[in-house]
Amino acid sequence: MRQENSFATKEITLRYLPLTPDDRADMLARIGAENINALFAAVPADKLLQAPPDLPRHKSEMEVERMLSRMASRNVSAGSVPFFVGAGAYKHHVPASVDHLIQRSEFLTSYTPYQPEISQGTLQMLFEFQTQVANLTGMEVANASMYDGSTGCGEAALMAHRITRRRKAVLSGGLHPHYADVVRSLSQMTGDSVVSMPADARASEDLLAQIDDSVSCVIVQSPDVFGNLRDLKPIADACHAKGALLIAVFTEVVSLGLVEPPGAMGADIVVGEGQSIGNGLIFGGPYVGLFATKQKYLRQMPGRIAGETVDAEGKRGWVLTLSTREQHIRREKATSNICTNSGLCALAFSIHMTLLGETGLRRLARLNHANAVKLADALTAAGVDVVNETFFNEFTVRVKGDAAALVERMAAQGVLGGVPASRLLPHAGVDDLLIIASTEVNTDEDRAALVAALKQ
Amino acid sequence: MLNNQGRPTQPVEVAAPHVRKTFTGHRALAMEEALIFEVGRAEVTGVDVDDAGEFTPRLGKLERTTPIDLPGLSEPETMRHYVRLSQKNYAIDLGLYPLGSCTMKHNPRLNERMARLPGFGDIHPMQPVSTVQGALELIDTLASWLTEMTGASAVAMSPKAGAHGEACGMMAIKAALEARGEGAQRRVVLVPESAHGTNPATAALIGYDVRPIPAREDGTVSVEAVQAALGPEVAALMLTNPNTCGLFEPEVVAIAQAVHAAGAFFYCDGANFNAIVGKVRPMDLGVDAMHINLHKTFSTPHGGGGPGAGPVVLSDALAPFAPVPFIRKDGQKFTLVEHTQGTQSFGRMTAFHGQMGMFVRAMSYMLSHGGDGIRQASEDAVLNANYIRVCLSDVMSAPFGDKPCMHEALFDDRWLKNTGVTTLDFAKAMIDEGYHPMTMYFPLVVHGAMLIEPTESESKASIDLFIMALRDLAFSVQKGETERFSGAPYYAPRRRLDETRAARSPVLRWTKPKPIAAANQIAAE
Repeated sequence: MRQENSFATKEITLRYLPLTPDDRADMLARIGAENINALFAAVPADKLLQAPPDLPRHKSEMEVERMLSRMASRNVSAGSVPFFVGAGAYKHHVPASVDHLIQRSEFLTSYTPYQPEISQGTLQMLFEFQTQVANLTGMEVANASMYDGSTGCGEAALMAHRITRRRKAVLSGGLHPHYADVVRSLSQMTGDSVVSMPADARASEDLLAQIDDSVSCVIVQSPDVFGNLRDLKPIADACHAKGALLIAVFTEVVSLGLVEPPGAMGADIVVGEGQSIGNGLIFGGPYVGLFATKQKYLRQMPGRIAGETVDAEGKRGWVLTLSTREQHIRREKATSNICTNSGLCALAFSIHMTLLGETGLRRLARLNHANAVKLADALTAAGVDVVNETFFNEFTVRVKGDAAALVERMAAQGVLGGVPASRLLPHAGVDDLLIIASTEVNTDEDRAALVAALKQ
Repeated sequence: MLNNQGRPTQPVEVAAPHVRKTFTGHRALAMEEALIFEVGRAEVTGVDVDDAGEFTPRLGKLERTTPIDLPGLSEPETMRHYVRLSQKNYAIDLGLYPLGSCTMKHNPRLNERMARLPGFGDIHPMQPVSTVQGALELIDTLASWLTEMTGASAVAMSPKAGAHGEACGMMAIKAALEARGEGAQRRVVLVPESAHGTNPATAALIGYDVRPIPAREDGTVSVEAVQAALGPEVAALMLTNPNTCGLFEPEVVAIAQAVHAAGAFFYCDGANFNAIVGKVRPMDLGVDAMHINLHKTFSTPHGGGGPGAGPVVLSDALAPFAPVPFIRKDGQKFTLVEHTQGTQSFGRMTAFHGQMGMFVRAMSYMLSHGGDGIRQASEDAVLNANYIRVCLSDVMSAPFGDKPCMHEALFDDRWLKNTGVTTLDFAKAMIDEGYHPMTMYFPLVVHGAMLIEPTESESKASIDLFIMALRDLAFSVQKGETERFSGAPYYAPRRRLDETRAARSPVLRWTKPKPIAAANQIAAE
């Protein structure tokens, strides 16, 4: 018995669909349905589409590969040119073993570890990840990741509001403008207030003057979006004197291999972008948000957390825990609406960090800093005005004329030379500033090409 | 102890079947694996990094003075550590993964290869727009497929996951109400009791009060219940369709009309869109905004809990309020709008342009399936779920009778009453049979719920074996073989884990064990 399928063309065979036409007929018969549309009977008849959507028909692997490769070839990949673009995402070398391991079926094609007995791989990895993040940031506890640094930053502000029962955030002028936008967009919805300091390329703002009894948190990034390192200690002290919290942000996690961690300078919540370790640029995502805080604020922290326990035989194992903070238990009283996190990106981070270890991370951080110093020195020698006094692997230069136009000219010559500050901050009077990142991937030839391009 | 859903809160002591102990703790291919902090050494590294040479640092006074305390492993040790860990995970590639609402379908490897093309994987979100025209073309193409499949006029691509998409859609609604001058008046969002927890959490996140809507006896929402809850203070209804009971909401069109008549918006949770892609266009039903979980419907891998991607389709009324960045097409050239100046956009959801890696995978999935294959996939998913429903209906109890379901079959625990076996026990016994359990104790409106979603990726033979395995378990329940359940799983890498202990005294990171002398002293105190 062969049932007529639901659209005029014959049933298709497709490499991803195991059911055969005979299977479908047998199953419909067992169900007692006349045809497939009998199972869609609850759909109003006039809303049920009579034909497939007006889209191209299915394609072979080869055809799809050809189409997408054509699109990909229209982009200039970072690895193919002298590359100095940063401002929140960084080009680093990721060891081959990282990408191999994250493509293991058992990591790639598993779900959130809600059944811990058959998810110990993911859970143990998350526990290791949390420990790495806590140790790196100098904090007591970390969660199992956020979507990215910017959404973590938005969540951190809300968390500070819950803890302090105040509703005003002060944003440093060195905070990545897109992170600031995320915080402002959320605050606009909740009616919380935000004080945004003006763009601050020289790290000369007076944040302390902004801190009073009404402030819930101060959000400071270091290295900041212009590359400056910020001493967080005085800001933390001023916050604590007024009952406010310091939220420390970083977008370049490699800096923590060489720079004093925010936890050691008194930060209450630390959020950052972990993309640099284990993860590619991928045009902005998926990335991995790192989120750490003090033990006393644990129950206000958003996101999943893995914790240690024992099984019925007393063997050590891990589970997702403290879920009474989370939306699937607490619904509208949850600390956040977050559900999905960045599990696989966290895995990539954790594997790369395990490969590096303390020794490798310190060396990598030192090499990044050295490359940036060499570049800054070469630019200074060529008469280019380097704005920063301090930096890690990214700094800002003042160019003659419009930096955005300059970046386009350099791109036409095959050099991706940085991010014009005006792209992040239009109408802020920063049209002549160019933000330049230099990591371990840059060679002497790359630096020479950039210096030559900037000298013109 | 059972909670109000009938879920046990602590494991019961049941002895494992006798197994000879091994010296190492390994059991052949089942390896025990220590933490990296227990086997790694600070001086070992698996990455060769060039020496930086001599230079004058520019760190000011902020050079790190404290140790980081990060162990390192060489590459062979690293491989072994993570391969061993991986073998403790269940996965779609290992077997049927019938987690209702989560849509664990096959993840084509072509998609992985495409996402790793340097032209997609190795481009920076802030490099000049002239150097990423192919990336913008891909996003624009994906957006046009999404709008065609949903009937929407626009789509916001940047949200990072389903819940992030919900927030985006609700923020667009709030912005639209503000623009209409009704922002202060409309403070309430209606959410059915059967909704995913993310719905009320999202509404609360952006400052709304949540008003619950009860579910009917048959698992659906009635237009009367919605009407009774509507008023001038209501901003929106958040409704999942197909709903969390696996049913298409039969009154959805009338519900949408009622919501609009009251001046509110209709947000649809698109988590279950995979049941109806190519069959129904949600916007034709009156939806104003809906997120699409690319990691469910369009098969981007779940990766052990993420990353996902949650683009939000928007109606004409909401489209102007979509967040930045968005793409504009100017002849053959694509441009990016990255700032809100001169637009009605409510702002920004995330630092960059969204989950590009997931966009490439979803695009690869869509091109592979085509309009015809996408429709066939939905039909097969619904067929598989109904086949399971019918083949188990004589041994398990379905809360809503023999009504057809969409892509997932829902059972409750009435059939387990007075058997000494709970939904949790039954789920854990499935593990011993080589299956990942179904979603359990959700939706909350059904007691002891078991929500089974096979997806279109299963062959008939695979589903038949699954059905037989569940029937065998059900017969075991009937025969009173409770030991098969109460101690399960017996054969997983771990027996049942003590979640209460984990939550009561949280250990959330590794710390160096105290030296034995000190530990003894602490014990003595």
